Amino acid sequence: MSPQNYTFMFYGFTVAWLIVIGYVISIALREKRLREELDRVKRMVEEGEGTRR
Amino acid sequence: MRLKIILTLSVIAGVILAWDLHRIFLQVPDEANQGAIFRIIYFHVPAAITSFTGFYLAMFSSIGYLMKKDLRLDSVAASINEVSLAFASITLCTGSIWGRIIWGIWWTWDPRLTSFFVCWLIYVGYFMLRRAVDDPTARARLSAVLSIFACVDIVLVWKSIEWFRTQHPGPVLEIRGGGGMAPGMEAPLWWNFLAFLMLATVLILIRTRQETMKLEIDALRRQAHAF
Repeated sequence: MSPQNYTFMFYGFTVAWLIVIGYVISIALREKRLREELDRVKRMVEEGEGTRR
Repeated sequence: MRLKIILTLSVIAGVILAWDLHRIFLQVPDEANQGAIFRIIYFHVPAAITSFTGFYLAMFSSIGYLMKKDLRLDSVAASINEVSLAFASITLCTGSIWGRIIWGIWWTWDPRLTSFFVCWLIYVGYFMLRRAVDDPTARARLSAVLSIFACVDIVLVWKSIEWFRTQHPGPVLEIRGGGGMAPGMEAPLWWNFLAFLMLATVLILIRTRQETMKLEIDALRRQAHAF
């Protein structure tokens, strides 16, 4: 069997894991951004309520 | 509770994957005609079945949204579709790499490959649609309809190797009447499928929580604008 066979098998497994890892990283980044956004909007609402009082 | 489920499933999926990779590389022999490259099937097929399972679950969630008009069901459908699309991408890439060695080409427009690519494009379109529509209710309604119709293509993808004479190999797995693999070679594929399902469940739980946070942010924004 040609060595290319093993090389491409390695490529296949690497690509699969890279897609999983890339997707997990993108989820983690979105989580961070969403938490920051949620805190910011909560503060906005609290300030708004404070002004109304 | 959700965190416990996420951690437990992640650990179990990790252990199964590690054990299965050990079996795939060190215990399963090379396939007689294809050699080592056949091992790509252990990622290619489980990723494909995981994505199909997800797309169908998202379809039921979308039907649920259209019946109950509950935005949480739309969030669940979007989360499942996104994770399934990631697994569909793994299927496309690994299949293409396998084809480069076995067929000598990266891609061919045969019914199985084309229908799967169309399926992938439909779900990419699903997320483009969700980004394009601002109104949450209209976005949920339109994407639910698209998610339901997209599942028609999955039937075509699944049956294409039976209906058409394609370059893609015919049914190989025993459940499809293929019988093309020795039992000892087929078992790791199903273990990988189980691990992928657990991994997908973990990712869906995390994504659903994020979508719920988005709904919360939208509601708070509306409240802030009301002042």
